[in-house]
Amino acid sequence: MSALSQSIEQREVRRQGAVRASWTAFLAIISRDLLVTRRQAITFLLQTLVQPLFFLFVFGKVFTNIGVANGAFPALLLPGIVALTTFLTAMQSTSIDLARDLGFTLEIEDRLLAPIPITLVAIEKILLAALRGLIAGALVFPLAYLILGDAYHVRTDHLAVLIGLLILIAFVGASLGVLLGVLAPVQQLALVFALVLTPLIFTGCTYYPWAALGSIKWFQIVTLFNPLTYAAEGMRYAMVPPIQGFELQTLDIGWVLLALGTVLVACLIGGVLLFRRRVVN
Amino acid sequence: MPERREDDVAIEVEHLIKRFPRAQSNAVDDLSFSVPRGETFGLLGPNGAGKTTTIGILTTRVRPSGGRAAIGGLDVVRSPIGAKQRIAVVPQRSNLDRSLRVGEILTYHAAYHGVGRQEREAHASELLEEFGLGARAKQQLSIFSGGMEQRVLLARALMHDPDVLFLDEPTNNLDPQARLFLWGRIRALHEQGVSIVLTTHDMEEADRLCDRIAIMDHGRILALDTPEGLRRLIPGGAVLEVGVRVPQAALVGSASDGGSDDGDHFRTTLERLPGVTTVERAREDGATGSVLYRVYATDDTGALLANAAQAVIQEQGELRDLRMARPTLEDVFIHLTGRDLRS
Repeated sequence: MSALSQSIEQREVRRQGAVRASWTAFLAIISRDLLVTRRQAITFLLQTLVQPLFFLFVFGKVFTNIGVANGAFPALLLPGIVALTTFLTAMQSTSIDLARDLGFTLEIEDRLLAPIPITLVAIEKILLAALRGLIAGALVFPLAYLILGDAYHVRTDHLAVLIGLLILIAFVGASLGVLLGVLAPVQQLALVFALVLTPLIFTGCTYYPWAALGSIKWFQIVTLFNPLTYAAEGMRYAMVPPIQGFELQTLDIGWVLLALGTVLVACLIGGVLLFRRRVVN
Repeated sequence: MPERREDDVAIEVEHLIKRFPRAQSNAVDDLSFSVPRGETFGLLGPNGAGKTTTIGILTTRVRPSGGRAAIGGLDVVRSPIGAKQRIAVVPQRSNLDRSLRVGEILTYHAAYHGVGRQEREAHASELLEEFGLGARAKQQLSIFSGGMEQRVLLARALMHDPDVLFLDEPTNNLDPQARLFLWGRIRALHEQGVSIVLTTHDMEEADRLCDRIAIMDHGRILALDTPEGLRRLIPGGAVLEVGVRVPQAALVGSASDGGSDDGDHFRTTLERLPGVTTVERAREDGATGSVLYRVYATDDTGALLANAAQAVIQEQGELRDLRMARPTLEDVFIHLTGRDLRS
């Protein structure tokens, strides 16, 4: 008939069904995030690696050299640092992004209006944040090798557990970050971080093995309520080689996986639901 | 009336209701209208009238509490993805992706909507060129002015060839030049057959751009018609503006008349003139002591002018201004709601 009706039909032809459209949009959003991550690579590396660098240097190198910690300590410290770096990078990636996007720049709206379910937009955020967490966590190994030198000891016979755990930790951090990012008003993000982050880090068995807390029973119990404890202990199980023939006593790996799995499911469901509530009135 | 084919209707809204949690009243209160394909449809009303909420529902960002809304026959609640494929939104506040360069903002938007790589690259450079942003494709947004951001917002919206384009207060906070540019683009899109829904509280904008306008207040449509049709809602259709400087003596005199005319006997006198239906005290200037009355009357312009002038002089007022005005949409709004759009 007219040029107009033709073009409407053409448009209709190009439109895919809901499932294919969602998949296309999902991949396009991932590619957008990869581009942005690649572009911010330098900032990203500085942001994530300065902290582990100093912890490894001061706690791992300086403390053992001046005799504050014994020679076995760096091997116990490194798994905690890997867990912490992976967890925090993933968590900050989702929480800061979301708090900023939802409260201030609104730039996520273009993705919310894409032909894709809202839930998948949140899942994509988590996926990319977890990836960033994994990259940061993996980079701690060469960093530690450089800094610790002779004191770098990582067993390689639990490699599958190590990789699986690292992925799990990254996803737990990213999902928890969604919760924080959705719940925290952008103006108070710094406050929320101060209130959440410091207790999280210091009660998370990052710098000390859990079993060693036996002499402060109440604190040992407190640490069990922190997901980071399971992350750090799991990494110790996967990374610390036998010391003078003795296996390091860690939290049972079964409990570690169960705890991290439970936290992941809870944060994932809670985070996605709250995200949906926040973006659809 | 012949039955309308489904594909001729761009938007259908039936008994739509939205009540926000803990709100006193419905933000959208039993709203019904439909927009045929290719129409430019205006939602006009003061802040809080429910315009943005209505657009929110139609663009899947607000969940309705009741009723039905459909885009191209697709229910926005049951088929949000299908609806999102057919619409584009230019929001009130810029939500451009600041991590991307200008060209990428357009191409990624198209990629989300499944437009192939070659097509989206070509379409993006075409649109940027057309919108006077050709040289800026590789730039970051941070250096852009409000008017330029608005252009990028519109260009982005057009990247996936939407059937329906939503513009929420598009020219709010734009300088006159940017406003004219946008109006030009909206008209061009209209000619290409894109259905457009425009919310605004700018009467001139609605009047110039829209085929039909719904005047909204408190979540309801008070009137829905063409701009001309809306003007005819003013009884008689003639509006006379009378500027009067009120001498001090007259004010004192009127106050002693007793309270029967609220101390405003010019108004009472004007109301008594033949053919006059309503008189409003439109504006007051305390410094000069002058008052502007808006007199609505049936069409006998010549006599009305003479009568009004005579009445003012008789009441010892100083006539400062006297002119016939074509009723504006603002007059229609005041007539319908009893208050000013900006109040």
